[in-house]
Amino acid sequence: MKDVEMKMKERAKQLLESGEVARVVGWKKGDFCYDPSPATFETVEELDNFVYDYFCGANLSKYLIQISKKEGKTAVFLKPCDTYSFNQLVKEHRINRENVYVIAVECMAKFDIEKIKEKGVSQITGVEVKDKDVKVSSLYGETTLYKPEILLTKCETCQKTHQVKDEEIILHERPERDVDRFAEVKKLEAMTEDERFAFWKEQLSKCIRCNACRNVCPACSCVKCVFDNPASGVAAKANDSEFEEKLFHVIRAFHVAGRCTDCGECSRVCPQHIPLHLLNRKFIKDIDGLYGEFQAGEEAEGKTPLTSYTEGDAEPNDVLNGEAK
Amino acid sequence: MQEVTTEKKEFTPNIVAFCCNWCSYAGADLAGSSRLTYPANVKIIRVPCSCRVNPMFVLKAFQQGADGVILCGCHPGDCHYVTGNYYTRRRMALLFSFLNYMGIEKERTRVEWVSAAEGARFSAVMNDFVKTVTELGENKRLTDLRVKEGE
Amino acid sequence: MQRIGVFICWCGSNIAATVDVQKVAEVMKSEPGVVYSADYQYMCSENGQQLIKQAIKEHNLTGIVVGSCSPRMHEATFRKTAEAAGLNPYMVEIANIREHCSWIHKDMDEATEKAIILVRTAIAKVKLNAPLMAGESPVVKRALVIGGGIAGIQAALDIADAGFEVDIVEKNATIGGRMAQLDKTFPTLDCSACILTPKMVDCAQHEKIDILSYSEVEEVKGFVGNFSVKIRRKARYVDETKCTGCKICMEKCPSKKGLNSFNMDLNTRPAIHIPFAQAIPNVAVIDPEQCIKLKTGKCGICQKFCGAGAIDYEQKDTFIEREYGAIVVATGYKPINLDAFNEYGYNDNKDVITSLELERLMNAAGPTNGVLLRPSDGEHPKVITFIQCVGSRDSSGCGKPYCSKICCMYTAKHAMLIREKYPDTEVHVFYIDVRTPGKNYDEFYRRAVEQYGVDYIKGMVGKVYNENGKLMVQGSNLIDNEQITIESDLVVLAAAIEPEPSVRKVATLLTASIDTNNFLTESHAKLRPVESPTAGVYLAGVCQGPKDIPETVSQASACAAKVIGLLAKDKLKTNPCVAIPDESMCNGCSQCANVCAYGAITYENKEFRLGGGKTEIRRVACVNPAVCQGCGACTVTCPSGAMDLKGFSSKQIMSEVEAICKK
Repeated sequence: MKDVEMKMKERAKQLLESGEVARVVGWKKGDFCYDPSPATFETVEELDNFVYDYFCGANLSKYLIQISKKEGKTAVFLKPCDTYSFNQLVKEHRINRENVYVIAVECMAKFDIEKIKEKGVSQITGVEVKDKDVKVSSLYGETTLYKPEILLTKCETCQKTHQVKDEEIILHERPERDVDRFAEVKKLEAMTEDERFAFWKEQLSKCIRCNACRNVCPACSCVKCVFDNPASGVAAKANDSEFEEKLFHVIRAFHVAGRCTDCGECSRVCPQHIPLHLLNRKFIKDIDGLYGEFQAGEEAEGKTPLTSYTEGDAEPNDVLNGEAK
Repeated sequence: MQEVTTEKKEFTPNIVAFCCNWCSYAGADLAGSSRLTYPANVKIIRVPCSCRVNPMFVLKAFQQGADGVILCGCHPGDCHYVTGNYYTRRRMALLFSFLNYMGIEKERTRVEWVSAAEGARFSAVMNDFVKTVTELGENKRLTDLRVKEGE
Repeated sequence: MQRIGVFICWCGSNIAATVDVQKVAEVMKSEPGVVYSADYQYMCSENGQQLIKQAIKEHNLTGIVVGSCSPRMHEATFRKTAEAAGLNPYMVEIANIREHCSWIHKDMDEATEKAIILVRTAIAKVKLNAPLMAGESPVVKRALVIGGGIAGIQAALDIADAGFEVDIVEKNATIGGRMAQLDKTFPTLDCSACILTPKMVDCAQHEKIDILSYSEVEEVKGFVGNFSVKIRRKARYVDETKCTGCKICMEKCPSKKGLNSFNMDLNTRPAIHIPFAQAIPNVAVIDPEQCIKLKTGKCGICQKFCGAGAIDYEQKDTFIEREYGAIVVATGYKPINLDAFNEYGYNDNKDVITSLELERLMNAAGPTNGVLLRPSDGEHPKVITFIQCVGSRDSSGCGKPYCSKICCMYTAKHAMLIREKYPDTEVHVFYIDVRTPGKNYDEFYRRAVEQYGVDYIKGMVGKVYNENGKLMVQGSNLIDNEQITIESDLVVLAAAIEPEPSVRKVATLLTASIDTNNFLTESHAKLRPVESPTAGVYLAGVCQGPKDIPETVSQASACAAKVIGLLAKDKLKTNPCVAIPDESMCNGCSQCANVCAYGAITYENKEFRLGGGKTEIRRVACVNPAVCQGCGACTVTCPSGAMDLKGFSSKQIMSEVEAICKK
């Protein structure tokens, strides 16, 4: 991964020096080795803090809504999953594509620091990866962990490929992965209504309505959220209804249905560890099954499953009763 | 538990029906002028087209104490607005499937196409829906998906 | 502060027998915001309306709720009442306590309780109503007719006769359409040309009609009353203003091997040609695929001989843009391609022809000068077999699921004409059903059978094959329950008809909807059969569904009546209950436009102040209120809720939901 980072840094430097771009969007070092954060680099000097490693899980595409409006071109490093969100935002006219120079970078899956900590490793100072072994160094020494066990949830089932690129930096071949991203959804579907209700009640009761999921989600990028819109009749702020509190996640999942690229950022940022991606994946699975496979963000134009139809679409009652073809 | 069973006997569900102005609302009118009865706990909200029904309206109804919500529109292909009910069909298929995924009883939500000429069908649909929801009992789940234990 | 008035109608005993109307009115008095509540026997009567008007004035009401029959019945009445009393008509809400309450419930307590809830719900809504004003948009007093067949001709003539200007855009070099190709017409057997060509001439001579032949619609912008249409005038290489139609060019043209499409490719025509003798305009056109001069640069004979100097090899397509208030689509039909019907041997045997080809073979101006000769050897056919429903009522996937409607009648016509002209000819007709609804239609068919001795065989044809120069038609006779083979000299296929393929492009340009068979969809199958759901667009002829000439002409005249009704207005009142975007919340994501069936939503870049002297340019949705029909599809698609619907706003419906759920 170091070699990829070097290439990226080098390229960023070239682009800034030559004036081809006014800024580069990537990740910068955090206080610890495991908390790099998305950042904009406008000078070569700033690139000293540039980083790209196994903790750079953040999806950079959403930042481009604002940044692509700025004067001058912006170069951005996008991982495979980020490119779907990028495309979706281009489709929705949110990103000014002409102002963005996309450099596709390899991913090799990212790590979840929480999962590492759960393995009993703390005060981490660095990681080194060799095949499926991850050597984690900490203030207390070194521990070797099994890579598949410490991946971000969104990376566990990822089979995404770059959908958009103006150039690419890919040095290593990505290992093939054969996993069913709907496995968890299917497990829930197989439960009884009571069990499912109990599951979600427990999960959603943890929600503190911090809005982290909404803020990070590239599909949830409204200029103003419906929950902040007094004309919607659902904004809870100034009235006695607890509607927003109670049904926020249902509405949110519906609003991104057909637009969610399954980038998994919602679950990654949730401080309460609610598996929010399982909400969105249910919609994706239903859409695939009922209206044909659809991957949001694969195309930069066209309609989504919810803004199109066919005359022979399944009837809602049949879908509920499992009788839809 | 015994309390619940006695309660269930007297339980009359609160049903909200969203009806499109052109077909289903007219179908309900026809049921009325044909004196085809259905329970008084079915109450109708008129919308121009079934595609005007926002999932938030459905959720709001449940949250405000509805025990069942039914959407009625023109038959697919007959929409007054040409394509409106096609979008309704997709939206509600996904929404209701999703609610069921969250553990909401699938019998509480329904979509039916009722034309302006189908007064008898409107009445039959409502009778059936009321019967189904009555058997199911009160909606407790969708009033708050986040109820804490013990509440 | 809202001041709501509530008016509960007894509707004689219709409501009062099951709903305690006085109690409802009484309960409403203590509802927040309600300052007046009354009940009356017949609210819709003169006296009832007077009561409402008085209350509005005396109590300064800002909104009223009428608890009565269905809004579909009297909403308009009570809106007018309110307006007469100086209240905005959209500050009226109806609680339907008759059809949805008193008529379906028997228990007085139950019905009264429900009526109270319904009235409360209406109050909840009316409190959030806003006065709405119907907008106005001007009307351009000119109509466009797309397609110059009998449908387009009739519509254009009727509109022009009412004093409005009409342009006919016809993609071919002449108007006339399919009807010009027909020989005789059922059920009167008058000659098609004799009744059509005078109408064509009328069009040409009408001072209000402009015929744009050899032209196609390229672009349509605007909306009802205000369409702006770009029309491509295809290069015909002949100056329309100079050509006199003398046809000397046709005589002299050395390239004479072009297939004559007017004669269904049964004979040939020169590269420069006038499609048929009575063409309107009577102006030549050069087929660039066939013209030696245009292909090689050498020749130029027609130019040399043209006394009018009309030939112009340099002509290019030109574009004109015109404004119209209304558009009539009359793009017509074509017989389906028969490639998928190998069993009838159409592609393998010259003597297996379609009915439209037979029309040309029997027409005095056709390739055989009206003498019925078979295409293969020019002999008189002695045995002719007709096969019905070739590709019609076909659910196999090869053909069309619908009935083409005209075939039964024209086949009876053909059979009769042949028996009349050539009494020694045997005529057989294989049919599934004979469908003859229409004035004098069944009588016509019976004449074919009874008077002319045409042999109708109920049954399907399995295959047609060639044996020793004879066409063997093998089929079943369902009445006698036997398989039969008829040795025939000529086989005529009643090929299904389908919309002219160019209709797809036209539909897209007009945002007019089209069904799975490519027929344009009417606004309502029964009650608005000539109007497209797209306001200002009307449908005439087979582009809307299979139909014969009398029906086509009726529909065209109906279209004209609709168009005249529209153009007679100086301004159009628009429905004020339309979608309205809140620009400050709009993402410009285009999702709303994706679900709009009317093309009412467009986008523009607008500058917004961000505060601190900064501005930002954002793409935002704009709704054209003259085009929006108010369905609300966009409102649900919009994730931020920026799109709302006037009269049925999210807040209003949410508030209704809240009120209606309260027990």
